[in-house]
Amino acid sequence: MILTPLTLCLLLLALWAVIGVAGLARPTSLRYVARTLYPLGALCGIALAAVAAVSITWAPERLVLPFGLPDLPFHVRSDALSSAFLFLLGAAAAGISFFGAGYFRSGEGTAPGLLCLQYHLFLASMGFVLLADDAYGFMVAWESMALTSYFLVTTQHRIPEIRRAGFLYLLIAHLGAIAILLSFGVMQGGSWQFTFDAMRAAQLPSGWAAVAFLLAIFGFGAKAGLVPLHVWLPEAHPAAPSPVSALMSGVMLKTAVYGVLRVTFDLLGEPASWWGLVPLGIGLLTAMYGVVFAAVQTDMKRLLAYSSIENIGILFTGIGLAVVFHGAGMAVLAALALIAVLYHALNHAFMKSLLFLGTGAVLHATGERNLGRLGGLIRRMPWVAWLTLVGALAISGLPPLNGFVSEWLLLQAFLFAHRVPQTFVNMLLPLGAAVVVLAAALAAYVMVKFYGVVFLGQPREAALARAHDPGALEKLGLVWLALGCVLLGLLPAPVVGLLGSVTAQLGVGSLPQGASPWWVLEPLPDRDATYAPLVFLAAIVLVVVLTFQLVGRMFHRRVRRGAPWDCGFVRLDARMQDTAEGFGQPIRRIFQSFFAIEREQPTPFDRAPRYSIVVTDRLWRALYLPLAGLVQRAADAVAWLQQGRIAAYLLYSFVTLVTLLALVL
Amino acid sequence: MNPMPFDVQLLNALSALLLLLAFAMLSQRRIVTLVSLLAVQGVLLLAATLLLAWRTGETHLYFSAALTLGLKVIFLPWVLYRLIRRLGVYWDSEPLINIPGTMLIGLLIVVFAFGLAQPISELASTATRSAIGIAVAVILLSFLMMITRRKAMSQVVGFLSMENGLFFGAMSATYGMPMIVELGVALDVLVAMLVLGVFFFQIREQFDSLDLHHLESLKEKR
Repeated sequence: MILTPLTLCLLLLALWAVIGVAGLARPTSLRYVARTLYPLGALCGIALAAVAAVSITWAPERLVLPFGLPDLPFHVRSDALSSAFLFLLGAAAAGISFFGAGYFRSGEGTAPGLLCLQYHLFLASMGFVLLADDAYGFMVAWESMALTSYFLVTTQHRIPEIRRAGFLYLLIAHLGAIAILLSFGVMQGGSWQFTFDAMRAAQLPSGWAAVAFLLAIFGFGAKAGLVPLHVWLPEAHPAAPSPVSALMSGVMLKTAVYGVLRVTFDLLGEPASWWGLVPLGIGLLTAMYGVVFAAVQTDMKRLLAYSSIENIGILFTGIGLAVVFHGAGMAVLAALALIAVLYHALNHAFMKSLLFLGTGAVLHATGERNLGRLGGLIRRMPWVAWLTLVGALAISGLPPLNGFVSEWLLLQAFLFAHRVPQTFVNMLLPLGAAVVVLAAALAAYVMVKFYGVVFLGQPREAALARAHDPGALEKLGLVWLALGCVLLGLLPAPVVGLLGSVTAQLGVGSLPQGASPWWVLEPLPDRDATYAPLVFLAAIVLVVVLTFQLVGRMFHRRVRRGAPWDCGFVRLDARMQDTAEGFGQPIRRIFQSFFAIEREQPTPFDRAPRYSIVVTDRLWRALYLPLAGLVQRAADAVAWLQQGRIAAYLLYSFVTLVTLLALVL
Repeated sequence: MNPMPFDVQLLNALSALLLLLAFAMLSQRRIVTLVSLLAVQGVLLLAATLLLAWRTGETHLYFSAALTLGLKVIFLPWVLYRLIRRLGVYWDSEPLINIPGTMLIGLLIVVFAFGLAQPISELASTATRSAIGIAVAVILLSFLMMITRRKAMSQVVGFLSMENGLFFGAMSATYGMPMIVELGVALDVLVAMLVLGVFFFQIREQFDSLDLHHLESLKEKR
């Protein structure tokens, strides 16, 4: 076998699967499974990322695997797009696997060895999704991804809520898979060949192409968590163990983005301009919906899940914008928007994994997910706190970290939206930019809440005093991901250059070559928009050091005395701090129409006054419960057939037989 | 129209007896008698097979005659008698539809079966083509019996009689199925019989009765 990037990738994926199977050899030995196999898996991830980073500039390469169904072998192909996402998968999985090596304990539901199998098969199937080059192989990988992740979500399957969350996830995943299958069915265009090559060659009438596109948006949107199919995310992410949440949120959601990009820009050929408005609109709605809900959450993993919904919204907004530009023939801008999408996907994989792993470390140290019972952990868990700070700053979109770069690129693309030839569209698109900015600002607000309540201030519970930093492997995982966030933030120009080869290979266009040095990002040389993160970093470091010195000199030597009535805030206690609910309250007020709020307020005469507020999703009552009721009624109607009498069942066969015979007559 | 040869007349007479037996089974509530009727049905089938084998000279029909003798005339009735004695079920309770009503429905079914067999008989080239309608009627009547009875034992008899009807149909339409199919069917019937025998004991242990309406409690509660 010749070693090319494609065969190397396949080998590494197979190695993942082998590592998973090896976990079954001694399924309860934590030392073997966790301390040996997971780090091996992480090394595989690093190797995969390295291969993908090299092969992103190579020409596409294809292979027909010698297995599959008879006459229906798996086709695989690696090109720049799949390489970009393989890099994402490998790099993020490496950090998560290192963390997982220290994180998984025995006695938490599924045995460690079985968990190891599910985990590594999940990784391998995600990789195969990215490499598949026919609908059959794609769907097989896609479904095994859904199934393995379902089992990972329901690791603690003895808890009924977790089983419910898993079921909801599986249900929506299958709805999506059906839509994707139908989309492939439309795209084969009458040739009945289900290789992607046949789909590229098929000439679809524009109406059918639009149908395929919308089906793909629905199907992949269900996996990604677009409104109104987002409901599984805030249920499944808190239910899963933290490395699994990180993997699902950081990597699996991106496979849906990959799917949309593959279908839109590769398989469907020339997307029409108006198609883009669909993901654009839904993406903006999703971004707002996600961030507003994130602001009112009190469970830290639910908060992060809603934040993932927001980021998926931003990604789909970018995709929509790229399609609009592409359809209007504005190649450079389409490439810019698409690069922003790819960059943001990469960033989100690192920063959201980092944050989920941070919550995992907190969860293991304290046993607590509720923001109302945490606080002050920066003193007990400095490693986790500082590394999570990197992720929180990055996801808030603050320079010089990576979140800023991709959002800045996306906004740059939005600034040119007025040049789109269609009237109304060019007037409405700048409003989209405003929504993206609002969502980004609110995301920063959410992160202030998340970080402030968990790590700053004073501990809200006595038990928090016993919290401590995790072990070396977990720290290594966190450091790896944080390093990714920092590097992606500090070196945007080379990354954008590499991602440019993706857009060029997809035929979308490429950015013009500028004359700027490697440390300055200048996406469009004809505009005076440049960004030099290293300068930002230097300025920030300078300001911080100066302030620190100044404050130290001016204030710390002063004499401080406590005033008699404590108004000088000398003795603060934990109950004086702002709570998560209190911090989110303004948002809850302003965006009241988004939520269904149940408030229970005490009257002045209550002996035991109680105040409680439950914020739920309006869509549950407006969409899901009626749908569930409809299905239930239909099922009840059918269930009439189940009479429970053997005579009735025999009668069914008899009537069927006689009817068929009469038909033949 | 020239008169039919004697042996064909004899065959037709046998098939008419088979139809009569099917009606007899439909109206019979004593399970022991029902098994006897099944055995008689086997004997008639045996006679018809032998007659046909002698007439056509097809050797494989002799084999299937031997199979019929061993399985349907001797073994299965013996197993059933033993089961009846061990389980102590001699009578079926009142059927779901009363017996005269069942007979009337049976009449309609026979008419339907003959109407159905008409085009097939015209296509078939065998001497016994007029018996196809009777075979279909026997199958459907046995089915009807399975529907209307309450005791598991009579349903098994209905099932076996249905198999007899199928066998007779195949014989009259194409001089019997290929040997391998016939052997397979015979084996199936044998296994089904053994499995059902086990089931009887299980059902009785669970519900203290072989009356199938107890199984209604197994359906999903709403």
